[in-house]
Amino acid sequence: MADLKTNFAGIQCPNPFWLASAPPTNCGEQIMRAFDAGWGGAVWKTIGEPITNVSSRYSSVDWAGQRMMGLNNIELISDRPIEVNLREIEEVKKRYPKHAVIASLMVETKREVWHDIVKRAEDAGADGLELNFGCPHGMSERGMGAAVGQDPVYAQMITEWVKEVAKTPVIVKLTPNITDIRVAARAAKAAKADAVSAINTINSITGIDLDTFEARPNVGGKSSHGGYCGPAVKPIALNMIQSVMADPTAALPMSGIGGISNWQDAAEFFLLGCGTVQVCTAVMHHGYRIVEDMCDGLSNWMDSKGFKTIDDFRGLTINKVTEWKHLNLNYKIVASINEQLCIGCDLCHIACWDGAHQCIHMDRVEGPRDGHVEVHTKPAEFERRSKASIAVTPIPKLDHISMEAHGPYATPLARIPRVDETECVGCNLCSLVCPVEDCITMVEVPTGAAPETWNERTRGTGRPLTQQAR
Amino acid sequence: MAKQAIFEEHPEVARRFADLHPPLEPQQAVVEANRCLNCFDAPCTAACPTHIDVPKFIKKIASRNLRGAAVSILDANVLAESCSRVCPVEVLCEGSCVMHRYNKLPIEIGRLQRHAMSNFYDSGAAIPKRNSPARQEKIACIGAGPASLACAAELRQQGFQVTVFDKRPLPGGLNTYGVAEYKLRAADSLREAAKIMELGVEFRQEEIADEAALGRLEKEFDIIFLGLGLGQMHKLGVQGDTATGVIDALEFIAGIKMGTCLTVGQHVVVVGAGNTAIDAAVAAVRLGAANVHIIYRRDEKSISAFDFEFEHAKQEGVKFLWGTLPVAVHAEDGNAVSLECVKVQVSETGKFSQVPGSNFHMPCDMVIPAIGQSPLLEFLGKFRDLKVEKGRIVAERATGATSNAKYFAGGDCINGGREVVDAVADGKRAALGIAAKLGVK
Repeated sequence: MADLKTNFAGIQCPNPFWLASAPPTNCGEQIMRAFDAGWGGAVWKTIGEPITNVSSRYSSVDWAGQRMMGLNNIELISDRPIEVNLREIEEVKKRYPKHAVIASLMVETKREVWHDIVKRAEDAGADGLELNFGCPHGMSERGMGAAVGQDPVYAQMITEWVKEVAKTPVIVKLTPNITDIRVAARAAKAAKADAVSAINTINSITGIDLDTFEARPNVGGKSSHGGYCGPAVKPIALNMIQSVMADPTAALPMSGIGGISNWQDAAEFFLLGCGTVQVCTAVMHHGYRIVEDMCDGLSNWMDSKGFKTIDDFRGLTINKVTEWKHLNLNYKIVASINEQLCIGCDLCHIACWDGAHQCIHMDRVEGPRDGHVEVHTKPAEFERRSKASIAVTPIPKLDHISMEAHGPYATPLARIPRVDETECVGCNLCSLVCPVEDCITMVEVPTGAAPETWNERTRGTGRPLTQQAR
Repeated sequence: MAKQAIFEEHPEVARRFADLHPPLEPQQAVVEANRCLNCFDAPCTAACPTHIDVPKFIKKIASRNLRGAAVSILDANVLAESCSRVCPVEVLCEGSCVMHRYNKLPIEIGRLQRHAMSNFYDSGAAIPKRNSPARQEKIACIGAGPASLACAAELRQQGFQVTVFDKRPLPGGLNTYGVAEYKLRAADSLREAAKIMELGVEFRQEEIADEAALGRLEKEFDIIFLGLGLGQMHKLGVQGDTATGVIDALEFIAGIKMGTCLTVGQHVVVVGAGNTAIDAAVAAVRLGAANVHIIYRRDEKSISAFDFEFEHAKQEGVKFLWGTLPVAVHAEDGNAVSLECVKVQVSETGKFSQVPGSNFHMPCDMVIPAIGQSPLLEFLGKFRDLKVEKGRIVAERATGATSNAKYFAGGDCINGGREVVDAVADGKRAALGIAAKLGVK
């Protein structure tokens, strides 16, 4: 049985699943229910001088009938008095001493103000501090949040102020709204931060009402640039986290954030080096209960892989991502269609013809016609033939067939596409559009050539080659 | 079409014949539309006799472009609303859906099409008129059923002068008079015909195309399209089959749909096991008959109704007697009181023989023969040079052209009796054939 107990930069917790600083961690009552549900830690909704929020705060992007592929918010930090938040931290820690309670902090850029809030948070019993240098809306207009995170000089300076007095681990939360996130991470490291967390939300406008022409979320006819999160942002988060973790001048213990909805997402963040993960949108969508399968699923997967702790696999993927120039140009794969599984939707055919390299064909011809696209029947011709065909309703009495000859029908051979392997460039697109799992697989074809990267191929030529002889 | 204005749905019919497949709610439709894989050169489109571009209209529903969905459907099939209700989708579009092979339910194409079409017509929208230059040629369409309506609409859209002649008071043919009311209401069929009238097609109802009339039509019109359908239903052909209480299935259904025949016997026997027999038997159940039997001379495996129709009848409580042949209707005071039947067996060579001594009486006050429609042989004999085989007009499938250059034909009278959608496809192909013949490029 896998052990999920976690020590993150000195912060102990029963598992690596934390709630991110957000509406699910607004108050002590919520956080205690979350711990009851199984969360290992919680980053308190950012504490600072209370603000006033607007009404109408969230908007989302739905996709193909699924709700909230991405969520956007214009809610600011906690609107509750600092004392109330601190009193509740104390109460939660008293009742849940083994769970991690992290105080997220954001105050004006003054050394004594930061010193004061750090001491008060630690006095209340916080296990660690997360510096909110990432909030992209509202607070940044007042010189806080992302305004700090986007300026490495400020970020380093404030982190240093915090470290002057902090007794607990200090986590710097990074904003993705920056050209190179490593710059901000390096500033945190230079200031001796204990850890970083990434990513905060991404600036966004989620959509526009086509009747009123107003953007969402709509606050009395006006909207504002919000912070985007949820499943849609996961690839962006993974990319940024990998770039930080692969940079020795930036890498620190990393708490991963960005679209984590289940244990599989979490495992990916751990593979890129994260020590904990933080979740918000999935909880806002489904409630605290989702953590049960996060723990259970991760634990079962770890058992199946023989991993006893998260450290056993943490970071395994960091160095499997590299710069393009280091990729092997002589590695070749081609698409292979499993005819037994093919349902005949022919999406691979049209995707290959219109969106890739014209090598998945509907005409089933032998050798001599393989090769350049000109010899093949084009997609529009198949559609034209279908629409010109005469189809009739099968009527048993008239057609002398039994009803058993009626649908559902097997996939006719004519609808099973075939791959011209000599032309296939191995782009993967067909396997991505195929709705049937394992129907299209990409199969390695030995080229017989030794591995060779772009760097190796162009070495000594004095300039990058634009075209290689085939 | 003055009569249509006074035609109203009979409330009692509406109550008893609620939709077999209820319409989709708007959000339900979007969810279902999103399920569609959007196949390339989709099998559903190929299977549809009118080749409606199914993924195209379904994805328009998903993008909430409902007008676009309806217009793209109408482009292929001008009777799209009735087809969405009456098509045996299980053996057409939905039967071809690749989802079957994906271990998932097929996309509910019929209900999605109905959603698009009902929404379109409920909004008061008209079939978009094509901007074709007016043409002087005149075409007569005989019969106002699906084949003629489809032919007339297409020709009118191409600028021709089109007149539809029909013997019934109301247009629509079997869509109006012969489809089970829980599938398609007469009012909806009439609405669809009215949309075709709005295109500028002239309708002349209750005009019989007798020999003299045909002579005049041949002079007045450049081309005559025959969308005649089939003839009367076959008589039972047994002793006593003229008794009160013996009524053929199409007449029975038409009576219900027009609200003129809403009483049914307590004990009803339907003879025959085709789709029309099922419609009649289910209608009898819904009208309150205590017992409804279908008797059929062959066995269960040989019935000509679609599987889903057979299942539906069983669910509604219709009972089936196999290997049973009617031999006489017995009447008291002219009213049917029982149907005498005999058991039959089929030899290996397919020959029927009655089982001696197996006669029995089924008490009944209503007998509904549903043993097929006869071809219009007598009528067809009036046309010179019109080749007829096995009771069907011989016509080229691709153009509807017949052996007489003046005549084109389509629908049941050439295909022997298929579905509405087949008639629509025939009618449209014939329209294109006629247009080509008249020089449209």
